[in-house]
Amino acid sequence: MKMSVSKKNKITKKIFSFAPLLLLYIAVLNEADLNYLGYKYFSFNFPFILIYYWSLKRSESIGYGYIFIAGLFNDVVVGFPIGISSLTYLIICGFAAYLRNITLRPNIINDWLFFLITILVANSINYFLLITFFSIEINYYELSGNLFFTFFLYYIFAYIFNFYQRIVFKDSND
Amino acid sequence: MAASRDDFVIAIRSAFLKKSNKQRFSLIGLIFSSIVLIFLTGIKLPAINYLKSGISEVVYRVSFIASIPEKQFSKISLLINNHFQMYNEFEILTNKVKELQSIDRNNIFVISENNRLKKIVDDYIDISDELMAKVLLDKDSPFFKSIIVNRGSKDNVHNGMAVLDGRYLVGKIVETNYSTARVLLISDLNSKIPVIIEPGNIQSILSGTGKKKGKIQYLEEEYNLDKGNLVFTSGSGGIFKAGIPIGTIDENLSYSVVFFSDLSQLNFVNLVSYKKSNENVSK
Repeated sequence: MKMSVSKKNKITKKIFSFAPLLLLYIAVLNEADLNYLGYKYFSFNFPFILIYYWSLKRSESIGYGYIFIAGLFNDVVVGFPIGISSLTYLIICGFAAYLRNITLRPNIINDWLFFLITILVANSINYFLLITFFSIEINYYELSGNLFFTFFLYYIFAYIFNFYQRIVFKDSND
Repeated sequence: MAASRDDFVIAIRSAFLKKSNKQRFSLIGLIFSSIVLIFLTGIKLPAINYLKSGISEVVYRVSFIASIPEKQFSKISLLINNHFQMYNEFEILTNKVKELQSIDRNNIFVISENNRLKKIVDDYIDISDELMAKVLLDKDSPFFKSIIVNRGSKDNVHNGMAVLDGRYLVGKIVETNYSTARVLLISDLNSKIPVIIEPGNIQSILSGTGKKKGKIQYLEEEYNLDKGNLVFTSGSGGIFKAGIPIGTIDENLSYSVVFFSDLSQLNFVNLVSYKKSNENVSK
């Protein structure tokens, strides 16, 4: 009986550990896009927040291979040239992994400020490629708004994800 | 100083080159794969088009299923909204029907006269193909205003076909897969359509803004537009036939255009291609 309860807990924990990945695929595949909410200048890039947080705090929940495929799916759904979103997502993973390696005492403010640098670099590379090689027109006001709100909302989502971690994995990575 | 530089190099190497715990792929390997894919897309390698087409076939279907709950929610909220506005709309529509009935009688004569004149000037009047298509995916993006429809090359859909919602122009086909196609909406930033503005017979270009309204561009200063002026396709460029209704001028100063069709509520659209009447050519 004890064995079966422990096995059940393990399976539940496994399912919950893949929730971030599931959320990423829903965000990428769903028609409703938080990256464009229809409000003037208000939009945010939820996959950026999700990938950065989970790569930083619990990278085993969100594998690089899955992120690469999610990027390909995003390119197909949004209509970007294949590989652009994958590259952007993986750059974010790289920054998160670098921060994880140099951090001894995790601190949400440090993570937050480093997230700003990360999204600035990732978006710069993304739009440089889109504008230079694929001649895509971009509304810079909307893009600035998107960057600002993505940065701003990271702090809130980090709290929510941290709370989720504490409940599901019984650990906190503040 | 040297020690801190070493730390930086070690951290970078560890982040990008080493395969982390419980990660099947190294980050640098995947980044390199992405760059290769971008490069191959840039040089338009046919294999990449097949890859994209293959992924599209799967992703569009999955995305359609994944969006069902959200679509149902939107439908219900729209239904409730419509219900509350029904009475007012009924009164407005009753009056409009009376008005339109009187206009329609005049139109019958104008249409037949128009057809006769078009034959004389050898304009596009024949619709060679007309297909009804269901909108599979309507992904709102700040950079691309496009929809995915469930018709593809197997249904003889090809790039450049006009896409209509009823009689109103909503976009054109820009990407064709085997059983799906992408429609670039007229609201997209990259959409530029030669138009004619009536009354006044003013030729111009309608450009998408990435938002709900379009904008009239490249209009000479001597022309003035008024609110309520109608915008039609001009037929220049040979992609669309002349006279497809698009929208009305909303504000005469900024020359913004309100589209006749609500581009966020498209469920079924018509894919149409035009060709010159054979009869006229022979004549």
